[in-house]
Amino acid sequence: MTSRRGRTGRDPGLQPERTRLAWRRTTLSGAVVAVLGVRTALHGGASALGITLCALCCGLWLGFLTAAHHRIRALSATTPPPPLAPRRATTAALYAVATATCAAVLVLRAARPA
Amino acid sequence: MSEFVRNIRLWFAPERVRDEGGTPDYRFSLANERTFLAWLRTALALIGGGFAVDQFLPDLSRPWRVGLALALLAAGVLCSLRAVNHWVRCERAMRRGEDLPASRFPVLLSLVVAVVAVAMVVVVLAGWEG
Repeated sequence: MTSRRGRTGRDPGLQPERTRLAWRRTTLSGAVVAVLGVRTALHGGASALGITLCALCCGLWLGFLTAAHHRIRALSATTPPPPLAPRRATTAALYAVATATCAAVLVLRAARPA
Repeated sequence: MSEFVRNIRLWFAPERVRDEGGTPDYRFSLANERTFLAWLRTALALIGGGFAVDQFLPDLSRPWRVGLALALLAAGVLCSLRAVNHWVRCERAMRRGEDLPASRFPVLLSLVVAVVAVAMVVVVLAGWEG
């Protein structure tokens, strides 16, 4: 990668690298949320709903990871890198929204007396 | 409102953003992308906070706990949707060479976070005495 950059001229501000790391950080934040979701889902015994929501949390995080990975590869493929597609931005935000919805179900489920 | 609907249509139509104006310096686009990701992390942190309130404050009475958790989750949803919307607006403004859009959202969010924090302090103190 370094040699390819070297041929086409390196960005002195390291903008693509910083953007790649921003995607990585965001994926990590998503991982923390997913772990908290799994903890909440399996807290106090595993029910069918709990396991479903647990799988959903993990699946949503994997979806985000895939989206982030595609973007990271696009960022390192060409110089200058292509701009972010709005559809990908929307997808990333919708993963967060879906996780929040999943969390709301989990919180309300836990609130109900057993 | 029609402006908002037009923005939402742009969320899903990548080619439409490129119809307008010229391509800005890629560094500005990447900076905009990083700002979007920072807002998305803020949203994820709020969602994580909702989980944390639910999981790690078991002594809190149920309505308070669920209310706070749902408020944090709702703030997370709002924050992530607004992140996309602001990103689209900034991208369009850059393509058209206009000023970047001003936003009241950061103030709103910080006020909400401050109110929730104060509420938590009150609740924790009350829980200690009770």
